[in-house]
Amino acid sequence: MVSTIEKNIQVATHKRQPLISRVQLRKIMLGAILPVGLLVIWEFAGRQSYLNPLLLPMPSEIYHEFIYLLQHGGLLGHLQVSTGRALTGFLVGGGLGLLAGILVGFSYKSEKMLDPSIQMLRMLPHLAIAPLFILWFGFGETSKLLLIAKGSFFPLYVNTFLGIRSMDRKLFEVANVLQFNKWNLVTKLIIPSALPNIFLGIRLSLGVAWLGLVVAEMMGSTTGIGFLINDARAMAMISTVFVGIIIFAVLGKLSDSLVLFIERKCLRWQQNFRGG
Amino acid sequence: MSERALVIERLNKIFTTPNERVVALREIDLQVKQGEFITVIGPSGCGKSTLLKIVAGLDVEYDGKVELNGQQIKGPSLEKGFIFQEPRLFPWLTVEKNIAGDQSLKDPKVRGKVHELIRLVKLEGFEKAYPKELSGGMAQRVSIARALLRKPDILLLDEPFGALDAFTRSHMQEVLLNIWETNKTTMIFVTHDLDEAVFLGQRVVIMNPRPGHIKSVLPIELSFPRKRSSLAFQEMRRTVLNEFEKVEEESYTVGAGI
Repeated sequence: MVSTIEKNIQVATHKRQPLISRVQLRKIMLGAILPVGLLVIWEFAGRQSYLNPLLLPMPSEIYHEFIYLLQHGGLLGHLQVSTGRALTGFLVGGGLGLLAGILVGFSYKSEKMLDPSIQMLRMLPHLAIAPLFILWFGFGETSKLLLIAKGSFFPLYVNTFLGIRSMDRKLFEVANVLQFNKWNLVTKLIIPSALPNIFLGIRLSLGVAWLGLVVAEMMGSTTGIGFLINDARAMAMISTVFVGIIIFAVLGKLSDSLVLFIERKCLRWQQNFRGG
Repeated sequence: MSERALVIERLNKIFTTPNERVVALREIDLQVKQGEFITVIGPSGCGKSTLLKIVAGLDVEYDGKVELNGQQIKGPSLEKGFIFQEPRLFPWLTVEKNIAGDQSLKDPKVRGKVHELIRLVKLEGFEKAYPKELSGGMAQRVSIARALLRKPDILLLDEPFGALDAFTRSHMQEVLLNIWETNKTTMIFVTHDLDEAVFLGQRVVIMNPRPGHIKSVLPIELSFPRKRSSLAFQEMRRTVLNEFEKVEEESYTVGAGI
């Protein structure tokens, strides 16, 4: 009896799935119902002239504007600049946040010393800090990068710290019995058990990086999607504003999905409730 | 007579909380021979797990002599394997990596030993499975293999099969006896299951609570493999049960405050 159960489990563990299964396709379609439905209603309402085209252009108009910008408006260039800024800011801020989280997570002393100050800085809003950065570093890349980095520092810091501190004491006892050295304690026990929280931190940090990017680019810039939106707003080119906003939404979602994908690969060992 | 692996003399252990002092163990004397299988049984709160933690080196605040191979126990070491009540596997590691622990599977020697142990605990085919894919009994077998890889002189088991169903438990007992006969590892096995204590142990240590102390040590002179249904086994079981009931009566009269 036992052996058949064990065999079944064995089969389950070694089964490989195609790249996109039927279940996944259904999941994607489930997620698409809301936005697609909204677009259809929106387009329909526009064509029936229920909407003021100066305030809410139809999706088809936004699409045409998108194609135009792609071909003649240097959209790809703006996209590249924005993505580069967001990523660099995220890497700098998130990286430092991860390091600080590890440091403070491991040492009680550094927690008492650093954490109160960090929590104070965390509460400072972007818009309050931005003028200071501009005064210090001008309108160049440095102030933009710092603003984005400042945002993405905190989610990774807080979650890394939390992940390290929520390690299971019982597993620590096992490592003690098995005489793990410091290095193995960190790499085999503490980091893996903090990994779910670290991934959450990465996702939140990336999201905040995109938010910081908009603030940075709208404040004073001649390139990037944020500039595109701000510029179009000044000229009352409402379709362009929408293109910019949608690009932000899509980019944000894509980067989040990418991290989620990596997370799933790294955390295959987890067993969680996935919703009923 | 073979060498004494573990010598415990006049062991006392007191837990102090801000409000009170609780004597957990009083004047424990116990000698365990190399390769012997000892079971420790007693009602909850009799200090049997505390005794095991002290031998494991997980609790070093005690008074008295506790020596393994002539060395006073001052902390955990690889000579002392410990099996917890729960398997306590690392959920992010596969079965083989859990067994290897801090050792690298890239080393062919480690790899060979790990796979040999996987065969010993009958888990072939599950090398790459994660703990979430294992049943309770399978997970506990992984934790036994993990302890055995370190080639401990003594294996300390703290109610390791307590959470398993009756069928799995008796299967695991046979797996453990098989390991003991193959490896000749000294075993100290704490349990609250009388049947298990008699089935496994060459000697049964009966403990009594408040304060925790050894009430008696009974030799189980039955040859292995033992049969639960045999008359001799049933008689032995009754002897231990009688002793055990005396313990319970005493503890009820002593602990009349409840």
